[in-house]
Amino acid sequence: MTEQRGTAGAAMSGAQSLITSLESAGVTDIFGIPGGAILPAYDPLMDSAKIRHILVRHEQGAGHAAQGYAAATGKVGVCMATSGPGATNLVTPLADAHMDSVPLVAVTGQVGASMIGTDAFQEADIRGITMPITKHSFLVTDPADIARTVAEAFHIASTGRPGPVLVDVAKSALQAMTTFEWPTELHLPGYRPVTRPHSKQIREAVRLILASRKPVLYVGGGVIRAQASAGLLKLAEATGMPVVTTLMARGAFPDSHAQHLGMPGMHGTVAAVAALQKSDLIISLGARFDDRVTGNLDSFAPHAKVIHADIDPAEIGKNRPVDVPIVGDCAEVIADLLALLQSEEDAGNTGDYEGWVAFLAGVKKTYPVGYDAPDDGSLAPQYVIERLGHIAGPDSIYTSGVGQHQMWAAHFVNYERPNTWINSGGLGTMGYAVPAAMGAKVGMPDRVVWAIDGDGCFQMTNQELATCAINDIPIKVAIINNESLGMVRQWQTLFYNSRYSNTDLQSKRIPDFVKLAEAYGCVGLSCESPEQVDATIEKAMAINDQPVVVDFRVHRDAMVWPMVAAGTSNDEIKYARDLAPQFDEDDL
Amino acid sequence: MSKHTLSVLVENKPGVLARIAGLFSRRGFNIESLAVGPTEHPEVSRMTIVVNVDESPLEQVTKQLNKLIEVIKIVELDGSASISRELMLVKVKADPQTRGAVLDAVQLFRAKVVDVSPDAVTIQATGNADKLGDFLRVLEPFGIRELVQSGMVAIGRGSRSISERTLRPVPVAVPAP
Repeated sequence: MTEQRGTAGAAMSGAQSLITSLESAGVTDIFGIPGGAILPAYDPLMDSAKIRHILVRHEQGAGHAAQGYAAATGKVGVCMATSGPGATNLVTPLADAHMDSVPLVAVTGQVGASMIGTDAFQEADIRGITMPITKHSFLVTDPADIARTVAEAFHIASTGRPGPVLVDVAKSALQAMTTFEWPTELHLPGYRPVTRPHSKQIREAVRLILASRKPVLYVGGGVIRAQASAGLLKLAEATGMPVVTTLMARGAFPDSHAQHLGMPGMHGTVAAVAALQKSDLIISLGARFDDRVTGNLDSFAPHAKVIHADIDPAEIGKNRPVDVPIVGDCAEVIADLLALLQSEEDAGNTGDYEGWVAFLAGVKKTYPVGYDAPDDGSLAPQYVIERLGHIAGPDSIYTSGVGQHQMWAAHFVNYERPNTWINSGGLGTMGYAVPAAMGAKVGMPDRVVWAIDGDGCFQMTNQELATCAINDIPIKVAIINNESLGMVRQWQTLFYNSRYSNTDLQSKRIPDFVKLAEAYGCVGLSCESPEQVDATIEKAMAINDQPVVVDFRVHRDAMVWPMVAAGTSNDEIKYARDLAPQFDEDDL
Repeated sequence: MSKHTLSVLVENKPGVLARIAGLFSRRGFNIESLAVGPTEHPEVSRMTIVVNVDESPLEQVTKQLNKLIEVIKIVELDGSASISRELMLVKVKADPQTRGAVLDAVQLFRAKVVDVSPDAVTIQATGNADKLGDFLRVLEPFGIRELVQSGMVAIGRGSRSISERTLRPVPVAVPAP
């Protein structure tokens, strides 16, 4: 081990120390853009044999690409930018990664140490700016601190509840000479994440599980971050308990599985919403009772006891009072629950959920996620996404922007594996899809990566198509072009008397997405009738040496259903406009 | 709502105060009193924070504070099992007619005159918030010209220390490059 650290004690510049530190942390890919303050770091970066730097077109793209990379691979994503505007352009991806617990390290240049606080050219206090939206943020002014800080940043980003860490390095520290020494151990007295669940809590949880009649496994993104999908499948199958997967957890449990009821929440399936709402025991695994899942909190799952397992103690009981709190890594929690449940089973103790499972199966059958084809023969956006998921299959990776297309992509693609559905869940960042797809493709070059994007979202970050075309990153983009800010338009239809204030983007006219794709060195395709859909997708699937952009020109009035209106109870779920599901309570 | 006193051990690093103050404000809590100073360990500072909140939001803010990397430990100090003090410097009008009465009050509250001028005295007083409040009420009729008060500092009674066990180093191995 020490032999490998042959560079220990080597004299070099702070910039070289930074690059050597990143190499030592195992970094192989960085998304970034140089500029004045970070410039010294880009010189040794050019000579790095271990790190591929991908020159993006906007720092926001670098940040989302690093997120997509991290979400697809489970590794820490890395982005780099200069001081001032370069750094502030990373604010959105950092906030996004913070909300969705994405392991990310952002390296930014800062003005020289003696200039800090003088309102120097391209100076911004990015450490201060990002304090509320990062897991941690560092400012390094002494080159001797660079290696240890980078090691700490990667440790913090990737352990416990993952998250973004910013390392802001003063230009003077990059330029000065120092001695590089990669640390062998770190001392972070205030950072000791608990990963092992407490056995007493596990026993209490198992007692509730066995006693309950209407349990539901409420699975969140933590299960994906903890790589706990295999354990979850065993736990679910061993007990027969129904499963719902949140927007961040799509893919954590196979969609094809009979016990899976789909996604809960504002646009959840009727069965998933009913499973939580009528449950007597919610077993929350790496989920956080987000307002988009619970709707009105006071009427959320009124009869349910709650077992809440999360690696972040602050999530437990934050929104919903908890009966059994379990702090720990989801993989370990699931393994411990399973082990104890199996020994209970050996002793003849099993739960009886038969009536509950039958009731939910009935709901699932009666209220499948569906849509009506437009009367005029135009293209239904849901159909495009359904066919895309079918043709590209469960081994592809899907990213999305935010809005209607995101909800349809969450429902109409069948996810069978974790890390195949990558989206901006917590922050809801429009423009996420294209750069995230780019990052996912860099991390997983052998997988097909589709960005399912809206015409509004696409126009926020599509300049990264140039990055993809130039750097041989052949992503595929499906623009679900309804020439509108569709989700906002849907709310205007439902709640603002169809007054469409500023949601008409006219994007079937301007820009010409096919020409735009071609201008960026991509293949541009267009499709506007249901009959062309399969052939167009297959054509896109056949192109593997260039990015492809498909302009799917869809019906603009399609709406996302089911829907629980904001702030109302989940009991008010509408299956379609003015259509509420009827539950036969006698079935319970 | 009720008052709670939190003793927070933090790493003595730049920006820690901003992180903690920022966390309280963005989660909607008002800090009533805040005092920061060194501890018996040079690398550790101690903050005493007084907040006026209900039990359940207090638990949430404590958990959020604990998530800050530089926060090492948080202990809520119970009023009866701890000692709390504030320091106050107050400039009171005192001419030859009133000076005697002012000095009587100073004696009564076991305060101290630290500066004298022909028409005023500056008094240093320590105590808990109640005592200092009472003292101020006594001084008010003489005319308070200027008042400055520290945040509260507090420490648990008995021989136990909140810092001894927490600061044992628990190194984390870094994966080899």
